[in-house]
Amino acid sequence: MSATEHGTMNLKLIVWRQPAPDQPGRFETYDAKNITPHHSFLEMLDVVNEDLIKAGKDPIAFDHDCREGICGMCSAVVNGVPHGGQERTTLCQLHMRKFKDGDAIYLEPWRARAFPILRDLVVDRGALDKLIQAAGFVSCHTGGVPDGNAVLVGKPEADYAMDAAECIGCGACVAACPNGAAMLFAGAKVSQLAELPQGQVEAPQRVAAMVKAMADHGFGNCTNHYECEGACPKGIKVKFIARMNREFTRALFLEKIGAISTTRAASGD
Amino acid sequence: MILDGKAPTGKIQDSWDKHRFDSLKLVNPANKRKYKILVVGTGLAGASAAASLAELGYQVEAFCYQDSPRRAHSIAAQGGINAAKAYPNDGDSIYRLFYDTIKGGDFRAREADVWRLAQVSNNIIDQCVAQGVPFARDYAGYLDNRSFGGAQVSRTFYARGQTGQQLLLGAYSALSRQIGLGTVKMFARTEMLDLVVVDGEAKGITVRDLVTGELRSHVGDAVVLATGGYVNVFYLSTNAMGCSVTAIWKAHKKGAYLANPCYTQIHPTCIPQAGDYQSKLTLMSESLRNDGRIWVPKKKEDCNKPPNEIPEDDRDYYLERKYPSYGNLAPRDIASRAAKEQCDEGRGVGPGGRGVYLDFSASIARLGENTIRERYGNLFEMYERITDENAYQRPMRIYPAPHYAMGGLWVDYNLQSNIPGLFVLGEANFSVHGANRLGASALMQGLADGYFVIPYTIANYLAQTKPGKAKADHAEFKKSLADVKAERDQLLGINGKRTVTEFMREVGVLMWNNVGMARSKESLTETLQKLPAIREEFWKNVKVSGSGEEFNQQLENAGRTADFLEFAELLSRDALHREESCGGHFRVEHQYPDGEAKRDDANFSYAAAWEWKGRGQAPELHKEPLKFENIHLAVRSYK
Repeated sequence: MSATEHGTMNLKLIVWRQPAPDQPGRFETYDAKNITPHHSFLEMLDVVNEDLIKAGKDPIAFDHDCREGICGMCSAVVNGVPHGGQERTTLCQLHMRKFKDGDAIYLEPWRARAFPILRDLVVDRGALDKLIQAAGFVSCHTGGVPDGNAVLVGKPEADYAMDAAECIGCGACVAACPNGAAMLFAGAKVSQLAELPQGQVEAPQRVAAMVKAMADHGFGNCTNHYECEGACPKGIKVKFIARMNREFTRALFLEKIGAISTTRAASGD
Repeated sequence: MILDGKAPTGKIQDSWDKHRFDSLKLVNPANKRKYKILVVGTGLAGASAAASLAELGYQVEAFCYQDSPRRAHSIAAQGGINAAKAYPNDGDSIYRLFYDTIKGGDFRAREADVWRLAQVSNNIIDQCVAQGVPFARDYAGYLDNRSFGGAQVSRTFYARGQTGQQLLLGAYSALSRQIGLGTVKMFARTEMLDLVVVDGEAKGITVRDLVTGELRSHVGDAVVLATGGYVNVFYLSTNAMGCSVTAIWKAHKKGAYLANPCYTQIHPTCIPQAGDYQSKLTLMSESLRNDGRIWVPKKKEDCNKPPNEIPEDDRDYYLERKYPSYGNLAPRDIASRAAKEQCDEGRGVGPGGRGVYLDFSASIARLGENTIRERYGNLFEMYERITDENAYQRPMRIYPAPHYAMGGLWVDYNLQSNIPGLFVLGEANFSVHGANRLGASALMQGLADGYFVIPYTIANYLAQTKPGKAKADHAEFKKSLADVKAERDQLLGINGKRTVTEFMREVGVLMWNNVGMARSKESLTETLQKLPAIREEFWKNVKVSGSGEEFNQQLENAGRTADFLEFAELLSRDALHREESCGGHFRVEHQYPDGEAKRDDANFSYAAAWEWKGRGQAPELHKEPLKFENIHLAVRSYK
């Protein structure tokens, strides 16, 4: 039987199960029955989990929250591709109309050195927060800032910054990268803030601190595979990695000629 | 008891400035580091509060249930944030924003709080720009504005369709900076399960580490709750899956009054439900109403026709017809009820007849598809992913869905609850939106509370209390930990036949049908009769597998559902007691002949703050009378 637009489908799920970080994991096979094309991928998992709970088995642990593609919490590799491979789509926005009756679907967690597995499909992405904590900000404090229109920002610059700022921090770029690099994530933040006048003052210190933090927290480096861009559910472009490299070179140069010091991380304090 | 909100008196224009000088004590810089503040929730209100308090020198511990503070549900707000900048030269002012918010809330909010919100709104925009929030700009480099419901001026600042995301990432960056500096200790994947009250003051919380399952208490000098709203009580809503009433409900059970729980906002423009399996509803930003026209077929027999085949004359643009001066930008409560009315009359479209069209064809003809794509491209894409329909070619189908809670913990003008030391910010409190929130005002309130109110008002409490007054070995901490553990073990020990989701869906459907967009004495009485039975069955027959000492999402959901089951009763009770219609609270018995909400100012011009009296006991009602000295009470008209 093949699925029609209004028909239901039955699928096989081959899912990575791992009870805890320090225990071995393995693939287990489950049936997903009576799934309609209108189910979202996570709603399909809900159906499977309800069946598992009723059968007295542990449901599949997976991260999810907003289910509208913006919080960045959902994260699983579907048939080898983070978020399942629909262009610019998070897993929660992937719908089952992209699959057909009888399909076998492999489900794995993000796999990267910087993201330890906590349980099943759930990983610890705290390392991404560490990159922002290192310098992914403008060091202004609350209050005492000028009027919003006091410093003009050209529309092209604002649009460029917004293109970079759309990153949802899901970590698909890291999971897709053969080196487990966070260059797209960090590059997007470096580029957003370096493009805007408000962020330019600290740009050299920021990029230096974020590049160091990437190494400190177990991320690899970029070798131009562009897998990150392909997997990114928000369409963040690798041009931001190029921008980060340029900003980094500039920072090194400025330090070399004694114009700045990058040893003190941007913090404002 | 008559409650006192301690709002300043005198000229409203001076109220906040005068209050800060006359009534708020300061903590000197050297003493600030001796105080520890616990901030629960890291959305716009929580993140901005934690960052600002840490910048001032306080020790801060921050908590969120998500894996990162950047994921709080503020991130999903799409359309924009209001401010009274009056950049477009269209007659806006702080006074007008104040007026619109009071009127939009159907005259059920405290004047002084709303004035303060309007006053600090401009600082918020400046702050966010300084943080590197990429707001939309015009070609000359100036900030751009759009219009939102309930206002006739353009005062909404935006960052494409992701304003909440950009503002939250701004607050998150400020918070991250403080985490990096060591002034904020961040506890992600940590859920608050109890408030600890020592000698009548809030001095700590008990939490569960969602990864290891560890239960532990944190001790502080004050507690700030910024834990969002409770409309997941309807099961299907636009909230994230993890949004719950738990934090404020636990505080309520420790003595904090919960005010106006029946004020729930049903957002008019959401994607209609497609099936029973559905786990959430998705919002389509209200900003779409700037360029989209809402209609249904005039004739019932046209409802199943493709919309493009229904001629212009056979379409009923009912908002433009009923509210000519605001048209498609009528406030949310009014637009939602109007949609329900059309569908109740049998003129709804789409599956189950629960939908109305939001049509962009006129705007596309006028402005071109590219302009519409630039303004709302991501929303159209989201719509297509979910429905498989192209809204550039065919009107969107939309229907109202639960979206926001105007009610919440009662707070005074200082955002302090009736428990000294417990402060409540953002959607979790009841303060500024009255009975209906206007679009783009939630982001404004969250950031106002966090950046520009709590840093001043919390000092007034701390200046009058000794740092480190409560100790971790106090009996109240031990009791709290024991209570939380007992509830956890009880949930794990039932091992019944029905899943947590089945219970949440059952209570959600009951609440949506009976306590949703329209409420009556009968529907509310029926709900109050049915809820105790569902609750009883839950505690006998719910199935939660696994243990407490591990990552256990079922256990998390079971705890939240247990709280919703209790809270649903308070919400219904509040709705039953309020014998009037106002804003998001619509009692079918109280309406004008044309179907508009009929307020009863003589009897209900007060905030209803409920006090928990124990399981199975009726809660006690306390009233805070609302005085309107600046804006005259009037029938709200958008005609």
